[in-house]
Amino acid sequence: MSGLLSVRDLRVGFGQNPKANEVVKGVSFDLGPGETLGIVGESGSGKSVSALSINRLVDFGGGRITHGSIQLTRSDGTVLDVAKADEKTLLGIRGRDVGMIFQEPMTSLNPVHTVGAQIEEAFRLSKGLTGAQAHRATLDVLGRVRIPDAQSRLGYYPHQLSGGMRQRIMIAMALAASPRLLIADEPTTALDVTVQAQIMALLAELREETGMAMIFITHDIGLVAGIADRIMVMQNGFAVEQGETDGVLDNPQHEYTKHLLRAVPHFTSGKAVRDDGRRAEPQEPIVKVDNLVVRFPVGKAWFKPKGAIHAVDGVSFDLVPGETLAIVGESGCGKSTTARALLGLNSKTRGEIFTEAGRSVRPVQMVFQDPFASLNPRLNVEALLAEPALANGQRRDDALRERMTFLLDRVGLPQDALTRYPHQFSGGQRQRLCIARALMLNPDVVVLDEAVSALDVSVQAKVLELLVDLQAEFGLAYLFISHDMAVVERIAHRIAVMFAGQIVEMGEARAVLSDPQHSYTKRLIAAVPAIERRKQRFAVDMTQVPSLVRPPGFEPPPAQWREAGDDHRVRVEDTP
Amino acid sequence: MGKLFSSLFRHPSGRIGLVIIGLYLLAAILGTLGLTPHDPLKLFAIDRLKAPSETYWFGTDLLGRDAFSRLMVGIRQSMLIAFASVAIATVAGTIIGLLSAWWGGIWDGIFMRVMDVLLAFPAILLALLIIAIVGPGTMTSVAAIAIVYTPIFARVVRGPALSLKQRDFVDAARTFGSSQGYVLTRHLLLNLVAPLAVQVTLALAWALLTEAGLSFLGLGTQPPTPSLGLMLAESRNLMTHAPWLMIFPAVTIMLGILGFNLTGDALRDILDPRTQRREA
Repeated sequence: MSGLLSVRDLRVGFGQNPKANEVVKGVSFDLGPGETLGIVGESGSGKSVSALSINRLVDFGGGRITHGSIQLTRSDGTVLDVAKADEKTLLGIRGRDVGMIFQEPMTSLNPVHTVGAQIEEAFRLSKGLTGAQAHRATLDVLGRVRIPDAQSRLGYYPHQLSGGMRQRIMIAMALAASPRLLIADEPTTALDVTVQAQIMALLAELREETGMAMIFITHDIGLVAGIADRIMVMQNGFAVEQGETDGVLDNPQHEYTKHLLRAVPHFTSGKAVRDDGRRAEPQEPIVKVDNLVVRFPVGKAWFKPKGAIHAVDGVSFDLVPGETLAIVGESGCGKSTTARALLGLNSKTRGEIFTEAGRSVRPVQMVFQDPFASLNPRLNVEALLAEPALANGQRRDDALRERMTFLLDRVGLPQDALTRYPHQFSGGQRQRLCIARALMLNPDVVVLDEAVSALDVSVQAKVLELLVDLQAEFGLAYLFISHDMAVVERIAHRIAVMFAGQIVEMGEARAVLSDPQHSYTKRLIAAVPAIERRKQRFAVDMTQVPSLVRPPGFEPPPAQWREAGDDHRVRVEDTP
Repeated sequence: MGKLFSSLFRHPSGRIGLVIIGLYLLAAILGTLGLTPHDPLKLFAIDRLKAPSETYWFGTDLLGRDAFSRLMVGIRQSMLIAFASVAIATVAGTIIGLLSAWWGGIWDGIFMRVMDVLLAFPAILLALLIIAIVGPGTMTSVAAIAIVYTPIFARVVRGPALSLKQRDFVDAARTFGSSQGYVLTRHLLLNLVAPLAVQVTLALAWALLTEAGLSFLGLGTQPPTPSLGLMLAESRNLMTHAPWLMIFPAVTIMLGILGFNLTGDALRDILDPRTQRREA
């Protein structure tokens, strides 16, 4: 095959004895010019290590290629075995033949240089352009990655740009050298879903324009579905399945691929919502939030009045027992601030939060996003679980121990877990531990703040199942904060969509997901990658989130609502 | 705790440090119990300024007292003052650092500015100032050295405490309604044990040196009680006639500081979360 890249039986190991400590255990694939390969797998599957071997960046992470060959056809037609090339040759390969973009655009850009200077440097190194030539080329490439007002953006520092903008700068730098192959290592994982859709659309367009080949690494099989010609599924260092995208997705052969496609929640526009526990008749709410406002002052001028970040601006909702209300939105929309205000972790500026006296003294409990950060590493499980009970006047007695073992058993952890420490558990187990701890006080409401977002996809599905079971068993109401529409679809009865500190649409889950009314909800739902929608092509959309910093004394106009159906309200938009 | 000792002992510099500290503690205990080769205060008038020999292992001084016995009691004196002052400094500094991180705002400002003022003086100068006001003596030495090292502990605690305070598990504790005392001791202090342990060993080395310096200047331990600094001071005029009187106390001070420093370095390696995670 006259391909661009041909990898044969690649093995990569780490540490003192790389042969004994292999992370990639014999991976082979081919890539033709202009083709896109998606590498899919969970964390630790070896997908990034495989891709980093192609430009030998893996060497800098302590990895060694122990076996196999990587035949790369260079732009002058010669074929080079990257696996055996020396560092000097590799310097010519990186950038010029193989470009790369990384997951976290903030750490991949140098914070003390302007983005313009960094892109110009890429041109200088790869094409020898200097001065006015480099400047012109930089403006040109910024236009190609669809950055508006490029001339003024050149003087910006990375921290002055949004995550999506920074990733565009990274792509521009990679494009500067006109690589024939672009490796994208989870380029959108750190980004919001609407921004992700913008970057994906951009990458697809650039691929058409330049004819470069792409290797796209991701944990989200739904995401590559739309862009890859072929897909390779990796598990534990092996390529368990590879083939044409449609073939792999519609007719998976390997058990693990089937598992990935089945276990991972895929967004289906409201077809997979829950049927249980819909609001039958008006019930007395357990939590009622009325016109909640949270503002954080900004600026430190002594005699000038301060402005404020309007993190949450006039949010109202209620929650009845046994129901899940999901608050969805992107980072910075105020969903976590709302949750934290509910528990008194943020002080509210205005508004009322009513909580019915429930089964226990503290009817509202919370599970945090990061199970590694929310458990004190120096305490064992017994101390961690006992803390809420002891804090509320219970004694350390047999009844308490019984409750602990009961809950451990209920969330699917072994009994001997009590004497162990958090670092001895996996991420999913720790999150189960956090759930058990939140249930220690027998609460009526559990706030789940991105509670499954930090977990691997198949673990995520199991924890979601557990949450649904626990809800039925203990009659819990959930306030489920998430950015992930596919997860929300599986667990929510009702959905509130937040944008820029305000709820823009709220209602029954199926209605909101299948028939979104507000323009932001529509955009959000359109941006969710889905296997079903892989044939759709999206136009590059440049909409930016407005700034939430407001001058002192600013009050937003009162919200106007319209009914879009039974239990489905939409905020009336200003017509520009 | 036993695990910590065994991993300290497996660490090359930790082993040397532990052995030195062990020997010093042994000498101090024997000195306290009076199990010295000779009475450290007894004057052997005919054996003045004798060079080291089988009878007088480290020789005798101008008054005919046995240098080795005096050194053992001197080590006891120095260790006592070092441990007592560092214990006080650790407790005081930890409380100040924790509270100023926890309360924040104006309290943080007040506490830390006071600590900054104390830190602005060189350690020995500040100790001198305190002794000049109160008068010399063992208790004054302990107090002076404790005051000098309190700000260092306050700083060592405040930094990490500020970041721990922002962690999710502290927020989680607030959602259960855990008491402030519980959060401060179990969630903050327990996570500060590692940096504190390192700081304590290093502070012990400094305290040993400061005590020797104060005694050397005649402001610490008062004669006739033997102390390392005092022995150095007494030997100063006899340097050419009886160099052993200077060499042995000086080497004793140096080795003691080396022992604590080596142990501190080893502790830092062992308690470093990065190496710890690899073990786990």
